[in-house]
Amino acid sequence: MITAAAQERENYLNASHGLKSWFLTKDHKRIGLLYLATITLFFFIGGAFATLIRVELLTPQGNLVSSETYNKLFTMHGVMMIFFFLIPSIPAVLGNFFLPIMIGARDLAFPKLNLLSWYLLVVGGMFSLYAMLAGGVDTGWTFYTPYSTTYSNGYVIATALGIFIAGFSSILTGLNFIVTIHRMRAPGMTWFRMPLFVWAHYATSLIQVLGTPVLAVTIVLLFLERVFHLGIFDPARGGDPVLFQHLFWFYSHPAVYIMVLPAMGVVSEVISTFSRKAIFGYGFVAFSSVSIAVLGFLVWGHHLFVSGQSLFAGMVFSFLSYFVAIPSAIKVFNWTATLYKGSISFQTPMLYALGFIGLFTMGGLTGLFVAALGIDMHVTDTYFVVAHFHYIMVGGAIMGYMSGLHYWWPKMTGRMYPEAWARLSALVIFLGFNLTFFPQFILGYLGMPRRYHLYPPEFQVLNVLSTAGASVLAVGYLMPMIYFIWSLRYGKVAPVNPWGATGLEWKTSSPPPVHNFDETPVVTHDAYDYASLMAEEVEVG
Amino acid sequence: MADHAPTETFALRVQFDTEAQQKDASTLGMWIFLVTEIMFFGGLFAVYTVYRSWYPDVFAIASSSLNEIIGALNTGVLLLSSFTMVMAVRASQLGQQKMIVIFLILTLLFGGIFLGVKAYEWNQKFEEHHIPGQAAFHLDGVLPEGQGHAQLFFSIYFAMTGLHALHMVIGVGILLTLIVQARKGRFSASYYTPVDVAGLYWHFVDIIWIFLFPLLYLIDRHLVK
Repeated sequence: MITAAAQERENYLNASHGLKSWFLTKDHKRIGLLYLATITLFFFIGGAFATLIRVELLTPQGNLVSSETYNKLFTMHGVMMIFFFLIPSIPAVLGNFFLPIMIGARDLAFPKLNLLSWYLLVVGGMFSLYAMLAGGVDTGWTFYTPYSTTYSNGYVIATALGIFIAGFSSILTGLNFIVTIHRMRAPGMTWFRMPLFVWAHYATSLIQVLGTPVLAVTIVLLFLERVFHLGIFDPARGGDPVLFQHLFWFYSHPAVYIMVLPAMGVVSEVISTFSRKAIFGYGFVAFSSVSIAVLGFLVWGHHLFVSGQSLFAGMVFSFLSYFVAIPSAIKVFNWTATLYKGSISFQTPMLYALGFIGLFTMGGLTGLFVAALGIDMHVTDTYFVVAHFHYIMVGGAIMGYMSGLHYWWPKMTGRMYPEAWARLSALVIFLGFNLTFFPQFILGYLGMPRRYHLYPPEFQVLNVLSTAGASVLAVGYLMPMIYFIWSLRYGKVAPVNPWGATGLEWKTSSPPPVHNFDETPVVTHDAYDYASLMAEEVEVG
Repeated sequence: MADHAPTETFALRVQFDTEAQQKDASTLGMWIFLVTEIMFFGGLFAVYTVYRSWYPDVFAIASSSLNEIIGALNTGVLLLSSFTMVMAVRASQLGQQKMIVIFLILTLLFGGIFLGVKAYEWNQKFEEHHIPGQAAFHLDGVLPEGQGHAQLFFSIYFAMTGLHALHMVIGVGILLTLIVQARKGRFSASYYTPVDVAGLYWHFVDIIWIFLFPLLYLIDRHLVK
């Protein structure tokens, strides 16, 4: 039941009603919720494909699906999860909702463009879903030529077109964020008073704006080659399939940072809030986001160590890849230093954020393994790589997303989620995740190749463990789905600032009014000014 | 403290505080969009660079099969359109309602001529069998083993000029919208941002052609003759 107290105040949710008020909204908060619903759907579709993959891999024989179907399953799992869930996840939902509020703006700079971005994602998703229902696509999410241009019988064009359209959603979101951060900050909100979540989104937007167009033109060339037989990547005419890989990874490696940088932004907010301490080394954390974005563009060749790239190029890319470890480590060490002597409380967002730090560290360190030429020769296209990038994308990006979703849920909906259930979900997801993917490191090291539905019987024990872990993980993801929906009706009414956090989003009501603030806020303090907040509490108390 | 949510007008959207802020944001937005366009065409330029350096001889022959006179004339037409676009922006800065419309229509006209000439050139390629991926493809002066590489040149030619033409078509659409708005007297000396940012876009599409013309038509031409 909605209490009378919550009903009194007009907010962005009850200001207008009807389908039209949602589907034609220009309010960044409502668009954030539209994204939330959309990508949740895509997440569970991608998850369904993952479930089928894991069930197939219970036995070595390959007796559930044919190898053709298996190819389609892992392709569609990758396409759904990467392009339609992970890329939009934190920026399009949480960034959309909170970036303007956190800098004290009424909305993004281009609200109509923001709505268009959502429609583009939906239309792109529809194209890809159509391809999946019509018969699927089997190229892998990487669409390597010449298989994708010449030989594959799958629905390559529809899927690629879907990704192309969704790419423009990503580009326009990034453009909107950059302009908003440059031009829409409230009085007193200087660059170095911005929350680190905003810095992380600035860095992410740079990648979206600089990288995604290259993927777009690569898809165009793929399209022209498949439909009009243009032949840019056709070896029969002197074209080079490896050139496709270069262009593809020029976007798709930085894309990993599109997924993980916003998560790092969330973690910076959450760690600081639940340690009741300013983040350690604010400037370093802010600039490490930007430097990850920049370095991310210089390392794509480490995906081509076994593709016939020259040894010299391989060495340069390997060397450069190690540099990414520096800003990543700066973040992890600074979060740890923030915890040091903080007064830590272990609410759900904090549990997820700590989970992020652990899993991201694992993923990052194994990233160093695969960036080394010698080791990569051994583990390329094995489950070691699969485990590595799932530690970054699922262990990193999704843990960060869950952390942020719990952290800001009270502000978005005006309702508290059930804390005990939520803590349990964090634990279940953490355990389930490790049980799913840690065995895959061992499998890969022992030589089990990825993308096969058959495997030698000696790998069965580890595969069964992995599938068992995936079941636990599935339960972990369903729990928040259920209690979040439950909380909309039965959750406790959220106060303005449930966590006692700093930041402008906690100074406006929960949920916020249509234009975010009743009066334009004036910022007088640095971000994470817990020192003076605590001092005030002492004086008052 | 000012009211946080003022009423919206055509010239000042609700999310902005001042007209200057709105103009700044729109201009910055267009510049960032143009950066994304540079990256988009950048992928094509990378492809061009790789294959040109691999197959310089065949590319020189294929390049010289293009009609550089028509190409140069078309470049001139496009530059003229950029000039009239600048004049349209200038007219809106001065608030000369009629001149805005006239210069926008002239820009549209020159853009249309460019596209028409481009269509003629493409048609020539079909007649000369310079269409990649067709069995009839043949380029005179190139050995049989080089015909594939010649197809690569024309693949790049069609991809680049095609995507450029697509941007021109989008530009024509933008111009048409602006002309309708300008006739309604929407623009004035205090509000002309749409004309300004559309101008940026139009010049950008122009500049892309300024690179495409020498890359496709001119480089190494003298080696063949």
